[in-house]
Amino acid sequence: MSQLVFDPSKVMDIDYTQRTEYLDGLEAIKAAHKVLKEITYTPSLPDKGYTNRTLYVNVGTHEITEKPVTQQMKDVFIGGRGFGLYHLWNAVKSTTRWNDPENEIIISPGPVAGMTQYAGTGKSLVVSLSPQTDIPIDSNVGGFYGPLLKFSGFDALELQGKSDKDIILFIDGVKGIIRIEEAPTDPVDSHVLAEVLTHMYAENEKDLPNISVVSTGAAAEHSLIGMLNFSFYDRRRKCVRFKQAGRGGIGTVFRDKRIRALVVRGPKVAGDLNHPADPETIAKTGIKFHKEMRENDGTQCMMRRNGTAHIVEIMDAYDLLPVHNFQYGSHPDVHKIDSSYWQQRCTQHTVDGCWYGCSMACAKGADGLVLKTGPYKGDMVTVDGPEYENAAGLGSNCGVFDPDYLLELNFYCDTYGICTITYGTLTAFVMECYQRGILNKERTGGLEMTWGNAEADLEMMHQMARGEGFGKIAGLGVKKMKEHFIKQGWGDPQLINDIGMENKGLEYSQYMSKESLAQQGGYALTNKGPQHDEAWLIFMDMVNKQLPTFEDKAEALYYFPLFRTWFGLNGFCKLPWNDVVPADNSSQPEAHKVPEHVQNYVDLFSATTGVKIDKEELILQSAKVYNFQRVFNIRMGKGLRLHDAAPYRSLGPVTKEEYESRAERYDQQIITEMGLDPAGKTTEEKMALHRQWRTDRFSKLMDSVYTRRGWTLDGVPTLARLEELGLDAFPEVVDVVKQHL
Amino acid sequence: MKQLVIDFQKCDAGRNCNHECEMECAIKVFKVDDPAQAALQIKAYEDGGGKAILCDQCGDCVVVCPSEALKRNKLGVVMIDKQLCVGCYMCIGFCEKDAFMRNPDWIVPHKCTSCGICVKVCPHGALSIVDVSEPAVRII
Repeated sequence: MSQLVFDPSKVMDIDYTQRTEYLDGLEAIKAAHKVLKEITYTPSLPDKGYTNRTLYVNVGTHEITEKPVTQQMKDVFIGGRGFGLYHLWNAVKSTTRWNDPENEIIISPGPVAGMTQYAGTGKSLVVSLSPQTDIPIDSNVGGFYGPLLKFSGFDALELQGKSDKDIILFIDGVKGIIRIEEAPTDPVDSHVLAEVLTHMYAENEKDLPNISVVSTGAAAEHSLIGMLNFSFYDRRRKCVRFKQAGRGGIGTVFRDKRIRALVVRGPKVAGDLNHPADPETIAKTGIKFHKEMRENDGTQCMMRRNGTAHIVEIMDAYDLLPVHNFQYGSHPDVHKIDSSYWQQRCTQHTVDGCWYGCSMACAKGADGLVLKTGPYKGDMVTVDGPEYENAAGLGSNCGVFDPDYLLELNFYCDTYGICTITYGTLTAFVMECYQRGILNKERTGGLEMTWGNAEADLEMMHQMARGEGFGKIAGLGVKKMKEHFIKQGWGDPQLINDIGMENKGLEYSQYMSKESLAQQGGYALTNKGPQHDEAWLIFMDMVNKQLPTFEDKAEALYYFPLFRTWFGLNGFCKLPWNDVVPADNSSQPEAHKVPEHVQNYVDLFSATTGVKIDKEELILQSAKVYNFQRVFNIRMGKGLRLHDAAPYRSLGPVTKEEYESRAERYDQQIITEMGLDPAGKTTEEKMALHRQWRTDRFSKLMDSVYTRRGWTLDGVPTLARLEELGLDAFPEVVDVVKQHL
Repeated sequence: MKQLVIDFQKCDAGRNCNHECEMECAIKVFKVDDPAQAALQIKAYEDGGGKAILCDQCGDCVVVCPSEALKRNKLGVVMIDKQLCVGCYMCIGFCEKDAFMRNPDWIVPHKCTSCGICVKVCPHGALSIVDVSEPAVRII
């Protein structure tokens, strides 16, 4: 596979300032707002990355309170995801479920977030009890809300309670006002709602970039897979764009609380609002990284041109791209949706970072799409992405290779407020069930869910948004669909369970893990469920071949989940860590860890907070939160070995046609890995041998990883591990563990 | 557009002058008594040659600036709006000529604006402001 060369002359000539506007009804919508509660407060900027207070809002009782950030919170939980888990632990009981009033949504940006000198420093971490998994979900999202929340005076926002009417929470970090407003006539879908609210709360045109809106859409109300859109104002396009807190259904919790939107108006951003301890180190580290982007990106990942979609063709070439519900790893039509197309279709004449200073700029946008279906048919819109996950999930995994349909699916997922990854995987499951007769036209209410039928796919999504028909069933997610189909007697339960790509209730993200033991563990041995942000090892394992032995893979499943957790404690994006690397990285020891960039992160944290750490301390910071989250899962009734089980489709070939499509590889493995002779054996016999070998191997991996993590073989952190991490300071954490030892 | 250029047939890379150009720029433009903070820097090579680090107004920094703080003025000169700058330093990192500068005491970076103050004080007459056409906007 040759390196793609960017040719500016091939970029499509699309006016990126043109799109349908939705501001006509703004004044009437505003007039209908009614103030339910308003308080004043004293805005403040962070000191060494922390404002040292959080904001608690109960949307049911309208209580609005400030809480102090304690030294213990900073020492143990750092911020971001750590603060989210800490607050959630204190808010819920072991019996709490996602739609109970005590469940919270916590948004926290982390101490480094809001830095403008380094790439990927504007992240918010969102934590809640998931309607899909019944355990804490955490989501790392860009957009401006988190940094502007912090610059308005708060290290975290806790949302609790349930409103009986649709409300908006407005924080004015300039004037020092917090207001709960009833919003009876506001638009529902994000691309309209966020545009209206951004213009409604900005004091003038110059103020537009200081507004950020968190919202969701119609499908979040009728499904369990709702997500949250975090907005940022795109100055060049002159429009509101989004990044998504996608996984686990937090948008569904948001709407269950009857929150229509969160709006923050922050102060004008400058380069020193975090008031870091050592701005000089931050400036030098940031400039060094920007130079690296300039010099290396064009010959490495081309993130500035393609965004994450650059790996579509790489995954296809290595037989790792999910095709037809993870049955196959490549497809002859992939060239229609790979980066050679997207770098022509996405606008290249603009700046695409989702926070200031992101020189990686992967938040690509495809402008000028005229919608063919749904309530916005005929409108011209800007679509965010498509990112790799969307191209793979909505595209190849469902057999959709028409790029315009792929963009339309992406657009509607976003504005309806549903996770593209989840929707892609559940639709792929539906399509395979249709292929295998588990579903048919009668059972889907007329939807012909054949591979690549984008119109039926879109109609299922529109049904989800309307809360109707089969779309409403699909919106329950793969786990509940499996249970429903089995209960209805629509197919072989083992087949349905084998092909339903979920673990802990969360759908798999878009990588084929059958041949990557490391990624099998990277998906299933996770805290929140199979999302690649915890341990994206597939590239390391299968493309770069940096984890050759069983021990390497097990060690990677210790180190990388902890390393990557740390991004979420601080408000960092993961992508600048290894989507561009120093030119001499491959000659460095432990090149797969990108040691120079690890040192950058150590330096940035130390320079922001004034707390000097090294790379070992970095891992220790993460280990505290990671193990706390594991215990949290156990407290909520999951988090044990049985909950880490993987669907067989993620481990090996489920069906005869899967086996026979890669028979040479599988037969060879019978010889080399099992020491047996495949000759004379039927496909079914060989599949049985593979199943035994692959499930045994996965079980051995669990043993090794659990041991390395300091857990029992049932997946429970030991008391010794808790003591080592200082978590024994929390008696209730120890109590949960003691019940399982 | 107005562009500052240097003629190395005349400039001897500071060997027989007092870097008047840098001093004048630092004092008059940036109000600091430190030539290292000037928007042009003259470097001497051991082989007898020299190099000038200065902005040619190519506009790459305008393309990468996320806050639209960098724009061309009527003369085609790239100017920074301090009110809009967010101090991200992408302009510095993406400048192939290393012509975007940073004073550790200031959060906003700075560069040459072809003002010509340095031209007037060069004892060798090596500096001049010329009028050239704006280059096409690059995708960076």
